[in-house]
Amino acid sequence: MTYAEQAFDALGDPTRRAVLKRLRGGARSVGEIAEGMDVSRPAVSQHLKILKGARLVTVHAVGTRRVYAVDNWGVESMRKWLEGFWDEALTAFKAVAEREATKEEK
Amino acid sequence: MTAPPMSHGADPNSVRKVVNVQAPQAIAWRVFTEQMGTWWPLAYYKIGKANAVDAVIEPHIGGRWYERGDDGSTCQWGSVLVWEPPSRLVLSWDISADWQYDPTLKTELELRFSADGSNRTRVELEHRHLDRFGARRDEMRRIFDSEGDWGRFLEAFARTAEAQ
Repeated sequence: MTYAEQAFDALGDPTRRAVLKRLRGGARSVGEIAEGMDVSRPAVSQHLKILKGARLVTVHAVGTRRVYAVDNWGVESMRKWLEGFWDEALTAFKAVAEREATKEEK
Repeated sequence: MTAPPMSHGADPNSVRKVVNVQAPQAIAWRVFTEQMGTWWPLAYYKIGKANAVDAVIEPHIGGRWYERGDDGSTCQWGSVLVWEPPSRLVLSWDISADWQYDPTLKTELELRFSADGSNRTRVELEHRHLDRFGARRDEMRRIFDSEGDWGRFLEAFARTAEAQ
């Protein structure tokens, strides 16, 4: 699987989207992310691991804390995936439209 | 002519493409909206469990945009936001199976068809609000150097495209 596919998959889960949304406001620790959420801290950690695998999230140390932040790399990989996707789709669309136009001319 | 669709525009949160089609506008519109299943790369994008055999847009505002599986099941991709045949179409695209329940993560797809003479059509596509996937780009710091992975990623794409 490419990172883009992993990213799309990872964001298929509502809790992971909620986690990512929280990180949009700035870097946070697991505890801070879990605060006020309906899921346990270990569950949040598990989700972070998947987001990290898709490179949607990064982790770094700030003193003794581990802090999570959004990694735009994964977002960018989805954009690139879509660029390629649309090239493919529009090329195919063009071929069919032109075939149809030729048919109607006859 | 099989020149790949041109890419332009620098907004990192949208993808823009233009393709010039040797077909009257009415046909281009019809093929895009009524015969999507004949050209949509279902191998690249579908979300249902069944093998997808068709992609359908219901032709009115609020209409569903969905895939149909070979077992008769349907799986919604998004919905019609603007329906102005034969020149403008805006769809919401939820992209991942259950995103439709989260409007803040909807992306938008706009198509503009314009006649270029009687037998050519210019089709402009914009897929926008990609920033809803994650954080705003300008807030971001890149932690990893990604060049190497990018190269491989794009190469894989080129190979797939060539194999078609």
